[in-house]
Amino acid sequence: MANYSTSEFKGGLKIMQDGEPCSIVENEMVKPGKGQAFNRVKIRKLISGKVVEKTFKSGESVEGADVIELELSYLYNDGEFWHFMNNETFEQVPADEKAVGEAEKWLVEQDVCTLTLWEGKPINVQPPNFVELEITETDPGLKGDTAGTGGKPATLSTGAVVRVPLFVQIGEVIKVDTRSGEYVSRVQK
Amino acid sequence: MLVKRAELMRQARQFFYERQITEVDTHLLSQFGVTDCHLNNLTTEFKHPLPSGKKKLYLQTSPEYAMKRILAAYGQDIFQLSHVVRDDEIGRFHNPEFTLLEWYRVGYDDVQLITEVSELLTSLCGAPETKVVTYQQAFIEYLGVDPLSSAGVDTIRRHLVERPSLSEWMSKETDEDTILQVAFSELIESQFPDNRPICVTEFPQSQAALARIDSNDARVARRFEFYYRGVELANGYHELSDAAEQRVRFKKDNEWRERHGREIQPEDTRLLDALDSGLPACSGVALGFDRLLMIICGANTISEVLPFAIDTA
Repeated sequence: MANYSTSEFKGGLKIMQDGEPCSIVENEMVKPGKGQAFNRVKIRKLISGKVVEKTFKSGESVEGADVIELELSYLYNDGEFWHFMNNETFEQVPADEKAVGEAEKWLVEQDVCTLTLWEGKPINVQPPNFVELEITETDPGLKGDTAGTGGKPATLSTGAVVRVPLFVQIGEVIKVDTRSGEYVSRVQK
Repeated sequence: MLVKRAELMRQARQFFYERQITEVDTHLLSQFGVTDCHLNNLTTEFKHPLPSGKKKLYLQTSPEYAMKRILAAYGQDIFQLSHVVRDDEIGRFHNPEFTLLEWYRVGYDDVQLITEVSELLTSLCGAPETKVVTYQQAFIEYLGVDPLSSAGVDTIRRHLVERPSLSEWMSKETDEDTILQVAFSELIESQFPDNRPICVTEFPQSQAALARIDSNDARVARRFEFYYRGVELANGYHELSDAAEQRVRFKKDNEWRERHGREIQPEDTRLLDALDSGLPACSGVALGFDRLLMIICGANTISEVLPFAIDTA
């Protein structure tokens, strides 16, 4: 993998730090008029998700990380791996529990997810921003209550639990924002 | 912004006209660059060799050498408002091409010139009076460490190593000036109050640049820097006028460059000739004009105050 000099740093560049692939979030060059320049960099560690700050002496090089992002559609879970497919090449990619993490509860068959691969292996799965899921369990609400004060918990077909308005019933399909885990609307079938 | 820029240029010139200071307009392209360890000239090639046989030309990082040659010949106060170019500098406060306001006062020492810079800031952006603090005092006040002692530098390095973001670099850094510069930026400058300009004086002699060494304390140089609202604004000196000492500094810079794998720069013999012929005792300062405009406009990045920053130039 190529090395990158600090002058090539920019948001989105993938580099290795502490043995972990990282993505540069922010890069600021600091240069005292008569002094050594340096780069203040915010880095997201792609496996742990942690964001750390690090200062590099300008002119130094760091190892690049062999990281790519792919848009793949979710196929199925075999109990151990979650399988995704490239819709153009039909190549299948299995992702383990560690890579899928929190995304598990938002995986809907056929939905296109963003997979981050490091040296060919998935390290992160990002679901679409919005998914549509059926409610499998929720208390029956009061008919005619549309004010939605407070709402009630509802379990979805993937096991995710979200707060929904009182009028929403079992069997209905709702749209959820996966970034916040919040109910957006009912979906007309 | 264009109107504010025009207004500020007019006001800056007015400030100097009122003081009977002559405006000069020196070259941007030169046959020489600078040896300064942390400045890099952009260069270009002239198709027809000059009478000297040279083809390589250097875009000037500041008009300092040219202005000193005028001072040596003319002996009067001069100022210049001009574009300069520096390689490797781009960011929130940096554009490779920017505007410097640089002026020299014959017979002034650095203390007198600091007063004048402070007056300029009051006149151009309504800044309150400048607080003056020595480099040593600043480190003692904000970090409780004396930067002029070797033991102090070691303590400062340990402070930096304790910071997770700096520990990897600082645990292997051996250059004392680099350690001090990083500490100054990250631990001192960041604590300066926002409400008034701060002028830091008496930089360590190893960071003298083109300032003369203090006649009473050889550990420090008569160099100063202005900071205001989180911005490094101006750098000035009671100018070094000793040609022999200037030759030593050029040589030291180039030795540092060689040790750090940077290109060795030819010494500007024309500046040395001018110093040989006699530079009047004077003080000079260079102020980042675009940064001053940033402060006035409340801009977050330099590109907001440039008609066309490098991305769109």
